[in-house]
Amino acid sequence: MSPLEVRGLRKRYGELEVVCGVDLEIAAGECFGLLGPNGAGKTTTLKLCLGLIDPDAGEIRLLGNEVPARARQARARVGVVPQFDSLDPDFSVAENLVVYGRYFGLKDREIEPRIPLLLAFAGLAGRAGAKIQTLSGGMKRRLTLARALVNDPQLLFMDEPTTGLDPQARHLIWERLRQLTLEGRTLLLTTHFMEEAERLCARVAIMDHGRIIVQGSPRELIARHIESQVVEVHGPGIEAWSARAASLALRTERAGETIFCYASDVEPVLATLRGQAELVYLHRPANLEDVFLKLTGRDLRD
Amino acid sequence: MSERIYALPELSLRSLAVWRRHFLVWRKLAVPSILGNLADPLIMLFGLGYGLGAVLGNLGGTSYFAFLAAGFLGSSTMYAASFEALFSAFSRMHVQKTWEAIVNAPMTLDDVLAGEWLWAASKALAAGLCMLAVVAVVGYAAWPHALAAIPVLALVGLAFGALGLAVNALATGYDFFSYYMTLLLTPMMLLSGVFFPVEHLPALVRAIAQALPLYHGVELVRPLLGGGWPAGALLHLAVLAAYAAGAFYLATVLTRRRLLR
Repeated sequence: MSPLEVRGLRKRYGELEVVCGVDLEIAAGECFGLLGPNGAGKTTTLKLCLGLIDPDAGEIRLLGNEVPARARQARARVGVVPQFDSLDPDFSVAENLVVYGRYFGLKDREIEPRIPLLLAFAGLAGRAGAKIQTLSGGMKRRLTLARALVNDPQLLFMDEPTTGLDPQARHLIWERLRQLTLEGRTLLLTTHFMEEAERLCARVAIMDHGRIIVQGSPRELIARHIESQVVEVHGPGIEAWSARAASLALRTERAGETIFCYASDVEPVLATLRGQAELVYLHRPANLEDVFLKLTGRDLRD
Repeated sequence: MSERIYALPELSLRSLAVWRRHFLVWRKLAVPSILGNLADPLIMLFGLGYGLGAVLGNLGGTSYFAFLAAGFLGSSTMYAASFEALFSAFSRMHVQKTWEAIVNAPMTLDDVLAGEWLWAASKALAAGLCMLAVVAVVGYAAWPHALAAIPVLALVGLAFGALGLAVNALATGYDFFSYYMTLLLTPMMLLSGVFFPVEHLPALVRAIAQALPLYHGVELVRPLLGGGWPAGALLHLAVLAAYAAGAFYLATVLTRRRLLR
């Protein structure tokens, strides 16, 4: 059975429809990424799936429960890492876990033996008594992850789990999320870091303007939607060069002063660049970010 | 959608987990919290009670200090409930995102609100009890009648806790609460027989006073402290209970409108 099935989900705020007919089906044990620019409707979709807000239309089944009607029962087996820090600043690390466990109806004596395990998992062993204010951003994020595991959930919702973290902290979170999928838990995360999605997610859905534009494994999406190689070029003389490039690459895109050339064979493009010392270029394989930008455009969203 | 917004609050024992969270925070700061809640009404009571009391002499057969003590017992309970349901609840709802964290667990917004409500009333009751203890020590609480004031204080706490939560649901920031405090609570304190008897006020003003919850709290507490039973107690209790239940329903609807959409 799919841990989360969504059909025809819609949500409107005044004139603006922020979720316009979303269908999702997540497989048990997979890590699924919901990608999209700011304002695409990712967070609203998560909140609808958790039964925190009411949809205007559509069906949601979360761990076999109709949502929102049986959202409380469904959430008993779900863990949530919200986008913004909501740890209790008045409590120590351990108290945060105990108090959160009580919201699941757990007894203190059921939670307390789990605390050392949760803290070890979060890389916070020995910090049980620490005050929240003394933790770094990465530690708070890990504690939020530990808090989401207090009820031993089957399914985890994570809204931008690594936003604002430094690379070390981000890699540690990634490693832990992999461990959670190895334990057989299902993960649903939103992110706008394509690198994160590519590394972690078995499948992703790219969402924009409230709709899911494409779904599939990162590799599939790259193969299906974009040429395999990219050359990024910028520098003085780009204008003159760009006219020539257009005929060499399958497709070119311009973003400000940088030209992106996409092709399965970029050798002809590279050949013209070797003679031009003033042009700076980078040749790399296409990635999910290229797909994302191709499908959602390069315009700023804020 | 709209049925869910206007449905009656669904009360569950889960809300006790919210109450326990607040209690755990409070336990860490209990002493300064109690002193802070008590200092202001006590300074006013002793200052005005003895100062004005010396000028005014007796008021309807009791000393002015005794009169004021009963009034302040009601008003300090009102303020304690209001502060908790306004400023503290707002920081948990809006600033610290505590409510958001709680509803991600198998808790509903109704659970959170009920927990906040009970907590505001509990804190108000604690403030009222401390005040009652001081008043008893200086000899202005007649036993055992004064014990009957305790459930009245709890009811005052529930009424103002619920009113505060309704205002909280509309708040845009902490400044919003100063309108409620200055334009509603302060006039209510003046009209409800805390400082002076309401009988001397013009009929219209008296009618307004009688429509306000604090008036009924004071009307109940004052005779109890003096060792008698209040006249029309059932009506006073009914008004307080109606305010508590009505305002909590209003708070539930307004909070759902704010957060469930």
